[in-house]
Amino acid sequence: MQLDAKIPEGPIQDKWDSHKFNVKLVNPANKRKYEILVIGTGLAGASAAATLGELGYNVTVITYHDSPRRAHSIAAQGGINATKNYHGDGDSVFRLFYDTLKGGDYRSREANVYRLAEVSSDIIDQCTAQGIPFAREYGGLLDNRSFGGAQVSRTFYARGQTGQQLLLGAYQALARQIKLGKVKLYARTEMLDIVLHEGRAVGVITRDLVTGEIRAHSAHAVVLATGGYANAYFLSTMAMASNATAAWRAHRKGALFANASFTQIHPTAIPQSDDTQSKLTLMSESLRNDGRIWVPKKEGEERPPGQIPLDDRDYYLERKYPAFGNLVPRDVASRNAMTVVEEGRGVGSRKNGVYLDFAESIERLGKAVIEERYGNLFEMYERITDENPYEVPMRIYPAPHYTMGGLWVDYNLMTTIPGLYSIGEANFSDHGANRLGASALMQGLADGYFVLPYTISDYLAPLLGTQPVPTDHQVFAEATQDVHDRVDRLLSVNGGRTVDWFHRKLGKILETHVGMSRNELGLQKALREIPALREEYHNDVRVPGENESFNQSLEKAGRVEDFFELAELMALDALNRRESCGGHFREESQTPEGEALRNDDDYAYVAAWEFTGVGEVPNLIKEPLEFEYVALAQRSYK
Amino acid sequence: MNITLRVWRQDNPDAPGRFVEYDAPDIESHSSFLEMLDVVNERLTDQGEEPIAFDSDCREGICGMCGLMINGLAHGPQQGTATCQLHMRKFEDGDVITIEPWRAAGFPIIRDLVVDRSSFDRIIEAGGYITVPTGSAPDANLILVPKPAADAAMDAAACIGCGACVASCPNGAAQLFVAAKVANLNLLPQGQPERWTRVEAMVDEMERYFGSCTNHGECEAACPKRISLDFIAMMNRDYIKAKFKNRRLAGQRS
Ligand SMILES: Cc1cc2nc3c(=O)[nH]c(=O)nc-3n(C[C@H](O)[C@H](O)[C@H](O)COP(=O)(O)OP(=O)(O)OC[C@H]3O[C@@H](n4cnc5c(N)ncnc54)[C@H](O)[C@@H]3O)c2cc1C
Ligand code: SF4
Ligand code: FES
Repeated sequence: MQLDAKIPEGPIQDKWDSHKFNVKLVNPANKRKYEILVIGTGLAGASAAATLGELGYNVTVITYHDSPRRAHSIAAQGGINATKNYHGDGDSVFRLFYDTLKGGDYRSREANVYRLAEVSSDIIDQCTAQGIPFAREYGGLLDNRSFGGAQVSRTFYARGQTGQQLLLGAYQALARQIKLGKVKLYARTEMLDIVLHEGRAVGVITRDLVTGEIRAHSAHAVVLATGGYANAYFLSTMAMASNATAAWRAHRKGALFANASFTQIHPTAIPQSDDTQSKLTLMSESLRNDGRIWVPKKEGEERPPGQIPLDDRDYYLERKYPAFGNLVPRDVASRNAMTVVEEGRGVGSRKNGVYLDFAESIERLGKAVIEERYGNLFEMYERITDENPYEVPMRIYPAPHYTMGGLWVDYNLMTTIPGLYSIGEANFSDHGANRLGASALMQGLADGYFVLPYTISDYLAPLLGTQPVPTDHQVFAEATQDVHDRVDRLLSVNGGRTVDWFHRKLGKILETHVGMSRNELGLQKALREIPALREEYHNDVRVPGENESFNQSLEKAGRVEDFFELAELMALDALNRRESCGGHFREESQTPEGEALRNDDDYAYVAAWEFTGVGEVPNLIKEPLEFEYVALAQRSYK
Repeated sequence: MNITLRVWRQDNPDAPGRFVEYDAPDIESHSSFLEMLDVVNERLTDQGEEPIAFDSDCREGICGMCGLMINGLAHGPQQGTATCQLHMRKFEDGDVITIEPWRAAGFPIIRDLVVDRSSFDRIIEAGGYITVPTGSAPDANLILVPKPAADAAMDAAACIGCGACVASCPNGAAQLFVAAKVANLNLLPQGQPERWTRVEAMVDEMERYFGSCTNHGECEAACPKRISLDFIAMMNRDYIKAKFKNRRLAGQRS
């Protein structure tokens, strides 16, 4: 298979404009003759479905949540980037483009990233008009902050609840279309397979999570906006239900999966407190603007933090990276935390964290300022840990947080299956090997509001006059039967272990071998352990209950089964890439100072994988990355 | 710690429900309340029983998916806290904890502790938005929003749509939820053009599902986001004005 990213010709700043001009259009009166299925109502899915409905298409939107007002997106705290340059500090489309590409360690496509930077400004306009209560200056203008190591203030925010507010904005736009009858909503409904006819995506099979009814839906095109897969690690900052099933089922039907091992391990989560813990809570990285990170100099230090004198503390980020200090990119901060904890210098009763200390900022700025900036985060921290961060330093540790990898898509956001699109965190497109803070919300909304609604017409226009394949067609009958069979199989194993037991074990393998630091031997070990555990899962999992009822164990069982297959690909992808880049750190490939060392000669490509069967080695198809507008440089934050 | 749970079990919307008692020994006091239920569920599964169904997703108090009546209190004993943010250290060794679903006519039970809150979606669909088709917005800084208005709108917009206000209300009224959305949008300059039609449509839709408000104030006490009762007063004022204005507007049109 040859990959064609369909990048438009011309200078980078003209590509998107000329592409918009060149794509085939569907005229307004004809839009109602098309059916589009959107799976997922996070930022990407809700914004896409609402916009497609406004344009006049008939949209069906499906989510496993009880309402489109909830999605993993809602938990984003920090903010959303845009190149408004309202602060006159020298921001521009080119600078955001450059920062994103560099932050991603040069493993993303120039043209996509440039477009993202270009439309970022429209997102803020759109969301402001929707009534998102973004933070304001006293004069009534929008406020910004600098975030995640950016050297300009380009992050817009709504207290610590930016994701919530943006999602509610998109949800409300969607609600309007639902009321108008342009969008039909299926909530508490999970997509379990995708249906192809003559090589094109023509529909999906879903399970009603309340009644167990298995249903077929057909359409002219299908859009997957189903989010990321960091929950493969079991413990992550993802919402409990986030999973990879939709993307994985598409992959099994022929959609290539790209850069599966590119995961972001976020530096500032609350460390695990006990073995029954179900998820990790993120502390916004904005805290690094005012908090100083340190650990004791000596191993096994037992004194409480307040009694450790300055001389016995190691402010390791400030020491190693004087220019960026505590604001180094996420992957650098995370890896360094791991190193000091491995050295036995971790803090807290489990010795599994590092301090994030506000004492100095409180002294310099006053408690009131710190409270105004981070009050809700401090409260959240105290609620979870029972410690008061105004008095004792916070303890933080990295946690799986975001997956840069995902379904391979071309410039139009179409996967390798014609008619199947993927947007938001579910695709691989814009963040390369590491995502910058406040850029996921931007990408989700860029895809949903401003990119997909244009590009999809290119595929739809030639289909004018055709009807969607009817759901009584054989392809739907077969796919429906497959889903029934799979559900029956999971229910009938009746083994001795719960789904969570297996998931936790799988997570441990990934964390150990496909986590912050990876090496050849470990990855090979993972590639032996994962299939063995999967085999055990198939023989020994216990899924109580039946299909015809609300059955949360069954929901989880299918998701974890897919995580098993994906986990293997994550390990394989990491093994294949014998270089370090962004969040992917191969111990064999580092500078003498221990920094990630890229190998552009051999690995400046997207690794797109083709499914060949469970337990079979997938085919690797490379999309070479070419850089015309930025010079590849070794990242340095010294 | 060792505790005992009395949990509402109900197989489906039409089945009769009942309380079932479960011993829950060896619970970590660090655990969150829902992690405690996870542990109980793991044990039930191991024993071949069906686990207790309950909703949750973010587990950090922002998605609004969780929501349990714990010892008769919506989201449990800690103020300003969603169920998922409650920790076992708030309970004592030996406690008997009663857990029920939200109970309200507007929220039919699906199974055990899971309820159907889609009536909230219907209310938002009725008018809880600002009409602005994608791509039609002017530059964001052309709309000046005084900081106090933006802050007040944000206070209201913080609602997570959990439904604790309804569950805690003796009348099963949804005023606090609806008022929060009305205030969020009606306080902002962007929300003015649809201000009066919005409030009327949303309140009227609300009345199809929920009881009426008699100012008990239980909702505010139960709300994990501490949404203020003042927003209800604001909604009521807007609603009365709207009844008048909307009619007048209709008159002008004809
Ligand atoms: C704690 C936290 C904080 C963050 N903070 C920030 C931040 O400050 N700034 C930033 O830019 N990014 C942030 N991120 C990242 C960002 O929130 C996410 O990447 C982004 O919101 C993903 O949006 P999405 O629409 O792609 O997917 P999601 O929000 O995950 O939505 C997925 C949707 O798909 C549906 N779905 C999935 N599978 C199926 C299926 N099989 N059938 C039916 N429906 C399905 C779900 O129901 C849901 O509606 C943060 C992430 C976390 C974890
Ligand atoms: S007003 Fe409060 S209690 Fe009611 S739905 Fe909103 S957050 Fe929940
Ligand atoms: S689970 Fe999201 S608010 Fe409790």
